[in-house]
Amino acid sequence: MDDVNPDTAAPSDRTPDTPRDPMVVIDGVNKHFGDLHVLRDINLTVGKGEVVVVLGPSGSGKSTLCRAINRLETIESGTISIDGKALPEEGKPLAQLRADVGMVFQSFNLFAHKTIRDNVTLGPIKVRKKSKSDADQQATDLLKRVGVEAQADKYPAQLSGGQQQRVAIARSLAMGPKVMLFDEPTSALDPEMVNEVLDVMVGLAKEGMTMIVVTHEMGFARKAADRVVFMADGQIVETGTPQEFFTHPKSDRAKDFLGKILTH
Amino acid sequence: MLDILEKYDILGAFWMTIRLAFFSAIGALVIGTVLAVMRVSPVAILRRLGAFYVNTVRNTPLTLLIFFSIAGPYYILQISLTDKNSPTALVDNGIRWAIVALAVYHAAFVCEALRSGVNTVPLGQAEAARSIGLTFGQSLREVILPQAFRGAVAPLGSVLIALTKNTTVASVIGVAEASLLMSEIIENETASVTVFLVFALGFVVLTLPVGVFFTSLSRRLAVKR
Repeated sequence: MDDVNPDTAAPSDRTPDTPRDPMVVIDGVNKHFGDLHVLRDINLTVGKGEVVVVLGPSGSGKSTLCRAINRLETIESGTISIDGKALPEEGKPLAQLRADVGMVFQSFNLFAHKTIRDNVTLGPIKVRKKSKSDADQQATDLLKRVGVEAQADKYPAQLSGGQQQRVAIARSLAMGPKVMLFDEPTSALDPEMVNEVLDVMVGLAKEGMTMIVVTHEMGFARKAADRVVFMADGQIVETGTPQEFFTHPKSDRAKDFLGKILTH
Repeated sequence: MLDILEKYDILGAFWMTIRLAFFSAIGALVIGTVLAVMRVSPVAILRRLGAFYVNTVRNTPLTLLIFFSIAGPYYILQISLTDKNSPTALVDNGIRWAIVALAVYHAAFVCEALRSGVNTVPLGQAEAARSIGLTFGQSLREVILPQAFRGAVAPLGSVLIALTKNTTVASVIGVAEASLLMSEIIENETASVTVFLVFALGFVVLTLPVGVFFTSLSRRLAVKR
């Protein structure tokens, strides 16, 4: 996907608040699902240590954008690079790059046939070539950090949704990622379990992890985001600090969206 | 009736059936797994080769395959699977070619059973495996296939039962397994119905435990989601 469209690659298209030390650079990215243009000329730069929350109505392309960053979705034009390296097409280089990009899914996707501990140690042992004992030690520490160390020998189906999602975060952290992607991490959870997951994410944000979070949790956006990106119909409509965005949205689409979710 | 049972080596014939079933089952599982990996691989040419194998072999009658195995490679191309100077070369060749044909034929069914198992594994499992940096091969080995095998245990049991009964087709090239002996006894003796029932019971004794074993195995190994 090196064929950068000359019309869209012009630097003037970039968001004005481009961070100085970029971790993720998305440049002129387009994608269709059949006739539907899900990503329209997306430009977004996320700096090191920055927490970007992507908001928008469903079907706006925010999940697709998140999944495109580690190439779970392919893109048709434009480029995505992570820490200065363009996303490889396939094979080993892509696997290595994915190891540096943590991903947390809406449906947790813990490996159903492995224990909680083995879920966390699989990547470090197979990809990072750690010894079993080192990986076990690290898993114990990480599970303690997300508060599920007591469940280490159980299987995913025996845990609650909130616990599973925290394990999924620990599994990603075990790879020592440069950036973490969260694709609606709390949307499949019962309401009383949302906070235990958000607390872990807020902790990560405070520690300086680079995060791109697709979510409907406005509270998290206010509390932890450095920047809010609002998407609608496959486009980035506006970006700003949470303060700006929630109190003085510029676009009509954003005003309409906020009006619908904040006044019920 | 008892004198008939004493006159012929019925247990020996069933032992041959068991040997045929055992070795061709191992062959079918190995070839079938390779085929299944080909059919789910991201490489289009491998997928097409796998599909071609399954569609060709699955739609060829087993009798033709077994007859062809001995007529083509052995009689015409002179490919022998035994030492030609051994006194039992002819018999052993028949047995071994029968095992090859049975394995080749049932591999197609093993492949389809495994592929149905792969379909029981949610797409998210593969995405999670890829997102922690596992390569395609690692995702298959560590995440997809272990779950696919568990989902495929019950259909694999059906394939193995079918295989056990299909060993009777080896009689067309003179392999001395149970059904060949049965035809021989029925031809020579009078009590055909009783003899038939004895052999039918023999096959039930062979296959029923296989079915029970695989059903309990599939229940025990089932992946909780």
